[in-house]
Amino acid sequence: MKNLFKYLRSYTLESILGPLFKLLEAMFELFVPLVVADIIDYGIQNNDTNYIVKQFAILVLLSVIGIVCSITAQYFAARASVGCTSKLRYSLFTHIGKLSFSDIDRVGIPTLITRLTGDLNQVQSGVNLALRLLLRSPFVVFGATVMAFMIDVRSALIFLGVIAVLMAIVFGIMLGSVPAYKKVQSVLDSLTGTTRENLTGSRVIRAFGMQDDEREKFSEYNSELSHRQQFAGKISALMNPLTLVILNFGIVLLLQYSGIKVNSGDLTTGEVVALYNYMTQILVELVKFASLIITISKSISCMKRINEVLVTEPAMTFPEVSANEIISAPAVEFDSVSLKYSTAAEESLSNISFKIDRGETVGIIGGTGCGKTSLVNLIVRFYDATEGRVLVNGVDVRDYTAWDLRGKIGYVLQRATLFGGTIRDNLLWGRENADDEEIMEAVRSAQGTDVIASKNEGLDATVAQNGKNFSGGQRQRLTIARALVRRPEILILDDSASALDFATDAALRKELKSLDYGPTTIIVSQRTSSIMHADKIIVLDDGEITGIGTHTDLLENCDVYREIYESQYKKEV
Amino acid sequence: MAQKKNKIKKETFARLLKYLKKYIPLISLTILLSAVTVILQLYIPILCGRAIDFMLGAGDVDFDAIAENLVKIAVAASVCGILSWVMNTINNKITYSVIKDVRRDAFDTITHLPLSYIDSHPHGETVSKVIADVDSFADGLLLGFTQLFSGIVTIVTTLVFMLMINAPITAVVVVLTPLSLLVASFIAKKTYKMFRLQSETRGELTGHINETVSGQMVVRAFSQEENANEKFEDINTRLEKCSLRAIFFSSLTNPLTRFINNLVYAAVCLTGAFAAVKGLMTVGGLTSFLAYANKYTGPFNEISGVITELQNALACAERIFDLIDETPEIPDKKGAAVLENVSGEVSLENVEFSYTPDRELIKDLNLKIKPGEKAAIVGPTGCGKTTIINLLMRFYDVNDGRISVDENDIRDVKRRSLQSTYGMVLQDTWIMRGTVRDNIKMGRDATDEEVIAAAKASHAHSFIRRLPNGYDTVISDDGGMLSAGQRQLLCIARVMLAIPPMLILDEATSSIDTRTELKIQKAFDRLTEGRTSFIVAHRLSTIREADVILVMKDGKIIETGCHDELVKKDGFYAKLWGSQFDM
Repeated sequence: MKNLFKYLRSYTLESILGPLFKLLEAMFELFVPLVVADIIDYGIQNNDTNYIVKQFAILVLLSVIGIVCSITAQYFAARASVGCTSKLRYSLFTHIGKLSFSDIDRVGIPTLITRLTGDLNQVQSGVNLALRLLLRSPFVVFGATVMAFMIDVRSALIFLGVIAVLMAIVFGIMLGSVPAYKKVQSVLDSLTGTTRENLTGSRVIRAFGMQDDEREKFSEYNSELSHRQQFAGKISALMNPLTLVILNFGIVLLLQYSGIKVNSGDLTTGEVVALYNYMTQILVELVKFASLIITISKSISCMKRINEVLVTEPAMTFPEVSANEIISAPAVEFDSVSLKYSTAAEESLSNISFKIDRGETVGIIGGTGCGKTSLVNLIVRFYDATEGRVLVNGVDVRDYTAWDLRGKIGYVLQRATLFGGTIRDNLLWGRENADDEEIMEAVRSAQGTDVIASKNEGLDATVAQNGKNFSGGQRQRLTIARALVRRPEILILDDSASALDFATDAALRKELKSLDYGPTTIIVSQRTSSIMHADKIIVLDDGEITGIGTHTDLLENCDVYREIYESQYKKEV
Repeated sequence: MAQKKNKIKKETFARLLKYLKKYIPLISLTILLSAVTVILQLYIPILCGRAIDFMLGAGDVDFDAIAENLVKIAVAASVCGILSWVMNTINNKITYSVIKDVRRDAFDTITHLPLSYIDSHPHGETVSKVIADVDSFADGLLLGFTQLFSGIVTIVTTLVFMLMINAPITAVVVVLTPLSLLVASFIAKKTYKMFRLQSETRGELTGHINETVSGQMVVRAFSQEENANEKFEDINTRLEKCSLRAIFFSSLTNPLTRFINNLVYAAVCLTGAFAAVKGLMTVGGLTSFLAYANKYTGPFNEISGVITELQNALACAERIFDLIDETPEIPDKKGAAVLENVSGEVSLENVEFSYTPDRELIKDLNLKIKPGEKAAIVGPTGCGKTTIINLLMRFYDVNDGRISVDENDIRDVKRRSLQSTYGMVLQDTWIMRGTVRDNIKMGRDATDEEVIAAAKASHAHSFIRRLPNGYDTVISDDGGMLSAGQRQLLCIARVMLAIPPMLILDEATSSIDTRTELKIQKAFDRLTEGRTSFIVAHRLSTIREADVILVMKDGKIIETGCHDELVKKDGFYAKLWGSQFDM
């Protein structure tokens, strides 16, 4: 909640004026029964039509003031709620941009997206409602009671009793129904799960002849859900009848008592009518208040979830300026590096040490889940090594600014991701000031000339969000081009040719070898064919290095490498 | 067009009534209760008014008459309270029972839907029909109807009561009140555009959020954080502006209708007071009249909401009925035989098939697989390999020609017996929610030893052992905690346990690294020994030893033969094979 107030503070004026005008409106509303009482007591009693017209004018005036106040309140509440959630959304978004990937893994990307969208919208309507109505209902209840006290103290005591009982009932029912509805939700989740499963797994379910089991499972959940819904419904169905009965008993008491008072001349008939009206107003407001509380408590839990993200301090910090590089040092060096993800039980990389000289081409190979991607992610510092040091140009990656470190590296990730915009927009990510010639040169090296040629608009062709309008192979080549536009010192290709056919893959590798700026190139792959011509091959197995050397060395000395090789190039029998 | 729409609405309505038929006694009861409670609730103010009328002033109070009315109030309130609770409970019962019935039917349909429907409709959409749409349809219907009904009863009753008290003032109320309806619909029309702009901008922002958050690694690798923030800020500011407009202008409805109600109230006060002065009305009568005027305007304020609610409910109902009405799989023929003791002879004769009439896929396909043979299907992506599997399993029916197993046309045997003849491992691994053990057993009776043996044979045992609860570990939603390779190993273990007479392996090892694959291959070799099997793979090394290799391109089988023959032939297959080495 603290975080929310921080953003509301820029809207202090609106946040005060909104509820204030709402209260003003409520206050004028409270005068209405008094005016009506006067009409009865003086106007009608004395047959004073002038007085009646005057009071009527006051009623109309009250309505006008009411609507002016209420519109003003709506305006300020809307401004404050929309404004502060907008600011909140922006800072949540930028905060996510600062979180380390360990944090992002822990929270999960879908969750982060929900926080930024659904949860924030819910907070917005919660703030809006709270500013407008949260104070109103208690105020009306309070005001009606005060008015009642002004008319007659003893009668007003009946009010206090009725309010206490009504509050107890309203909140008792809410307390009872919340856990009941939670149970409903959990059964509903199971029901949803079963339905989804029967769609995603339709082939397997049919192949294993499990339709009857599934139908039975569904029917069980379905009955349980119905049962729980009816139970929860029974509790909340008590609300209206109970409040109605209590209120009317209150009115019976009130009328009985005021009868005596009128008889003794302590109360006028008009005053009785006013008391009666206040009593009804209280009921209406209390019921409104209960449903308001439900909506607001939903918003509060959304805000809590957002806050969890906001209070996560980025686990990774960068220095203000980068340390000086050592000219003679190797381009990349791993010094007894181990990595354990915060969500994992075991190390993903253990005791990795190797050096890559400038301009070298190095292959990294190993089975699925052996730690290849983890290893290259350490070079761009997406994660920090839990032990040991990763050095680039002789400097610990932790001593670089993010800009300096990542500016040296052209990283082509395993998943080829493009962003909404044009092809040019996407490629300029590599280097903002690259001209078309430089871009096309990179595209040519990445074997992507025909991708551009296939589009009428060439580089200006639109890229849909997530690059949906390009095939996997096209995306892969464009992401390689994006890295090449940068003319990076270090080029990392993480299984980036998986969607390319063998011929294109070979042509790409040839191009990379002949780049005029001679980058240090790291190629991660499962295919031996992609890396067998590298200067050096690092073989990973279960997070450990089991061999470093050239293709021929490894074939002779490294069992794992030989097995991988043979599984792909089975010897002729 | 409008007429057609109306017709559909009528049909939907008729369908709805069918579901409600069972509950007709309950529904009549609830309608009756609703009328009684509304009338009682409205009667109470009259009683209050009468009681007040007996308090004329000091020393002029008729206690007996007051007491009589007060007793009536207490009784009326109690009866009304009890009846309305009974009514609410009945309504709940009807709603949730109808929901249950509709859901059951919808799910039944799902288990019988042809694969062509499941493949061509987004799963999320179908799920939301069964879950969300059913909910909002039943809720909306019940809420809509009860509100509509009690609204009408309220309007009629208050009108009658008001007329009983004073006809001319009633006319004032009747004329003025519909103004609030006009105002509400005017605002709804005016704000529609603002809301559309808001939801468009919101969509744009969500798109940007999705892209940036899920592509965060690329954003950072290229130091694009600032640019992403700037773009966000731009959309966010636009959203702020149009949200403010939409929210503010739409929120005017409530104050404006209330304003009109207040004016009506004031007008009643004025005219009522004049009437009282002239002795046409008592003070108590005026009090009751004011209460009625308030009650009378209520339904008018809610009516637009109720109508949207009902329309929404009908739209949801239509979507659900569309699903329930989907043509199911063609049922088994009468007296269809059960496929038993299969030897494994499979033949395809003149098979023709396409998913859509305008795009021809498989034409004139002929093939005969002898019992125990291993048939491999290779070819570039999209050439129709998986389609053949769909046809063999009868997930789809051929358009022309026939497929037979042991000389039985597969359309003449019980579908389920055909499908369980095949053991199937697909590229798209599917894990159900449940324990690892359940996932291997898949509804079969098997001892723990058998399960473990199957897991060992598929090399899944070692990773299962390392899971928090071993074989009892519950795997949640789509096997999220398992890697793609591990999921595939589990799927293989299923087949190892079931040991069916024939096998289909569609890219069964695509997510497993080549070394493990080599080991599993041995287990597969044992499994396929003497069993007819169909293997789809893009790694040619895994299918070299097949008895017959079908090379497919563009839906046609262009070459058949064993590996050596095909290499010798120097055709498409030889080219595919060569490209693996041509480095």
